Amino acid sequence: MSDSQMATPPHSQPAPAHRRVLAHGLYEARITLRNGEQLLVSLILPLLVLIGLHRAHVVTEVVPGIDTVTPGVLTLAVMASAFTGAAIATGFERQYGVLAYLATTPLGATGLILGKSLAVLCVIAVQVIVLGGAGLALGWSPEPVGLIWLVGVVVIGAAAFTALGLLIAGTVRAEATLAVANVAWVLMGAAGGAVLPLNHEGAGALLLLLPSAALGEAVRGASMNGQLAVLPVLILAAWALAAILAARKWFTWK
Amino acid sequence: MAVSSSASCLRLAGVRYAVGTASSARGVTDILSGVDLTARRGEVTVIIGPNGAGKTTTLSCAQGLLRPSAGTVHLLGEDPYRAGAELRARVGVMLQDGGLPQSVKPRTLLTHVAKLHQDPWPLEDLIGRLDLSRFLGTSIRRLSGGQKQRVALAAALIGSPELVFLDEPSAGLDPQSRQLVFDLVGHLRTMGIGIVLTTHLLEEAQHLADSVYILKDGVVVRHGTVSELTGVGEDHQDRPAARRLSFASPRIMTSAELDGAPFALELDSDSNRAGARWGVPAIASPADLVSLAQWWESIGLFPAEISFEARTLEDVFWEVSAP
Repeated sequence: MSDSQMATPPHSQPAPAHRRVLAHGLYEARITLRNGEQLLVSLILPLLVLIGLHRAHVVTEVVPGIDTVTPGVLTLAVMASAFTGAAIATGFERQYGVLAYLATTPLGATGLILGKSLAVLCVIAVQVIVLGGAGLALGWSPEPVGLIWLVGVVVIGAAAFTALGLLIAGTVRAEATLAVANVAWVLMGAAGGAVLPLNHEGAGALLLLLPSAALGEAVRGASMNGQLAVLPVLILAAWALAAILAARKWFTWK
Repeated sequence: MAVSSSASCLRLAGVRYAVGTASSARGVTDILSGVDLTARRGEVTVIIGPNGAGKTTTLSCAQGLLRPSAGTVHLLGEDPYRAGAELRARVGVMLQDGGLPQSVKPRTLLTHVAKLHQDPWPLEDLIGRLDLSRFLGTSIRRLSGGQKQRVALAAALIGSPELVFLDEPSAGLDPQSRQLVFDLVGHLRTMGIGIVLTTHLLEEAQHLADSVYILKDGVVVRHGTVSELTGVGEDHQDRPAARRLSFASPRIMTSAELDGAPFALELDSDSNRAGARWGVPAIASPADLVSLAQWWESIGLFPAEISFEARTLEDVFWEVSAP
């Protein structure tokens, strides 16, 4: 096309803020849900844990029943997408300069973080539908009233774990983020009170201060008792606040 | 287009950028030590300099990605570090490392970035201009370096910016793609868009630039138009233009002889051999010519051939960046 044929493009104004955040949230959610590795960690592994523990419960009473296991697996899934998935994706985006580029667009730093949070919530919604549906199919019977609390608790947990993930991704190299986020997810899932409840007595009770245990306790409290577990929620909110403040202080775009 | 040509769209004054703290083991290191730079609409401002000179840091301060330790930056009249979406929508940025998400396809990325703007550049036009159509559906990680560069350029332009920063836009491009990019840069200039770019391709810089800034060790060591820097076309009685002198040596010159030369010499041939051509980047006066002839006489060398050439930006660059 010659210059004379080319219409001069008009100068751009930014799209409205809510449209930018919505567009970025849906863009990131689509990328996540199309990524095979992310799907493995976010959906397939939690699903296998759910089915595996359910089968194990049939064999031995040591493994709790589906009403305990399903909220635990939901906790594991929330950590997978909000913490591990977000941290690894953000770490590599930072390494490749994607964060720096997006920070120069109308999206900006705030829009980028809000968009990422929206994407995490979209993925969690898919996880809750798929894993909750699988749990229901296996006999899970949550307290209906507690489902409202469950949604609120999951949102606070997502905020805490996303902030923790961004803190790691924004301060160390992408390869280190990959290692730390995966190892922490496995440890918190296996022994950090996420999937299976921790003993509330003795020195081990200190583990209840972990964000994984706090989220697990809060989700189980909502699902099994239909109540808001105040102390775990406060612990989770404290983690969220501390991680957000730390990320604001130490996170660098590149 | 409501753009007043030649109006300043970027102004850096005394910009300093330092890393480290006084209490740290390495202390404070200045990456930029007081950069002054002005770019105008409808003009191409080229920043050149050796690796580590501070080109990318200068751009990062200008784009608002870094906060200067001292000095001021005015980007379209605003402080870019504190700027909101309104300012960022008017500026396009192509980072040196591309800043492209690896798992995404170019069309997905460009469509998404276009959604962040109210009136983006027509995507199909940009695709045609940068010849992107053949790989729009391929993941960015599978593209060649040159293809990634073109996608990054498209991502910088998709918002129809008034000012665009291009950090090494021609890096990794084959000659055909390079021409495509520089044709587009020329077109952006005719549209009244301000272009600030860094490059190591001095020939292209000379061809494109309306003004050139040469950075070394974090400061602007020289700036002006290409004519002002090379002296070509500025031959006045009160300020005669410097010229490049080239001569052919009929024999190998020893290190001691070369050390005694009155000017830094550039070897234009592949090696120091009989018949090799040597260049003197800037002969600024008849007196310079006399001192050169005296040096030839002192070492008993009678050049087989002598010629004057117009100085290029590359000559100025070598002269300025010499240790």
